[in-house]
Amino acid sequence: MEQFTALSLNKEQRPVRYLVVDDSIFARRNLARMVESFGGELAGEAGDGLTAITEYNRTLPDIVLMDITMPQMEGIEAVERIIRQHPDARIVMVSSVGYQENILAALQKGARHFVQKPVRPDVLYEIVRYVLNDDGLLAAASGAGRQATQA
Amino acid sequence: MRMDLIQPFVSAADSVLGQLLEGPTVVGNPSMDEDAYRRKGVAAVINFQGDIEGRIIFDLEFETAFRIATRLAGGETAVQHPTEALAAETLCELANMILGNAVTLLNDRGFHFRVQPPEVHTDAEGLKGSYDTEAVVMSFETPAGCVYLNVAMRYNRRRKTEREPALAS
Repeated sequence: MEQFTALSLNKEQRPVRYLVVDDSIFARRNLARMVESFGGELAGEAGDGLTAITEYNRTLPDIVLMDITMPQMEGIEAVERIIRQHPDARIVMVSSVGYQENILAALQKGARHFVQKPVRPDVLYEIVRYVLNDDGLLAAASGAGRQATQA
Repeated sequence: MRMDLIQPFVSAADSVLGQLLEGPTVVGNPSMDEDAYRRKGVAAVINFQGDIEGRIIFDLEFETAFRIATRLAGGETAVQHPTEALAAETLCELANMILGNAVTLLNDRGFHFRVQPPEVHTDAEGLKGSYDTEAVVMSFETPAGCVYLNVAMRYNRRRKTEREPALAS
């Protein structure tokens, strides 16, 4: 997989920690590989919205990649509940269903951004960088762009 | 069956398969199927209800599913343990992506409907068209093998913009 300039946080100079939430094992594996290629760490995984809330409270990740359609509790409801407890949570929706109502509902509940599946690593990288930058969290030299190397 | 309902599925399948498998996709000519559905390998059925109702079957031969699983897992070598469960999971993931993209296109055109999660279909045949319509069958030739799409759907009710002229007359 293509390698990207590692994203790291300015205060602690540590890798960005991600929580990946998707009911598909394939999708979680795929996102975990992308996170790795961004120089990040997988803080936790969840296969449904309820587990996502538990995992968020347990791991307190820097950013969450959240699917929408999942069993037990859908992603948008999970966003609402996480944001209620942690108003600063940074959540990016990752879903194949990308129509406006869904996106608006997620943003209204507190999600920061949306990316449609199949996810392109370069698109996700830019979105993560944008969200972290928006909160002034990225180290100055972090995320300057893609590296020329291929893994 | 209206082709304007089918086209979003063709576009979504073409786009998702092309992007995931990083190669050209050749869309075969559509054909109508009035008989009971015959499974070719591992199949997933997705039902939906709303302004449009019907079902879609995604069907792959097992070898194709394993080749796609390898691509989805990001590996260059074949999957280590090719099982039916892995084939089913691959198919469901693929089906979700294609369907999600198609639903997005239809929703943006004003159609609203709910999609149920994919169910893996294990019977050799069945699922005869139950929506007062025959099914459209299409094949997508990809670098990993052939993906079949069997679509049977109908309008449940007309959209508001289509109803208004009828009411006025």
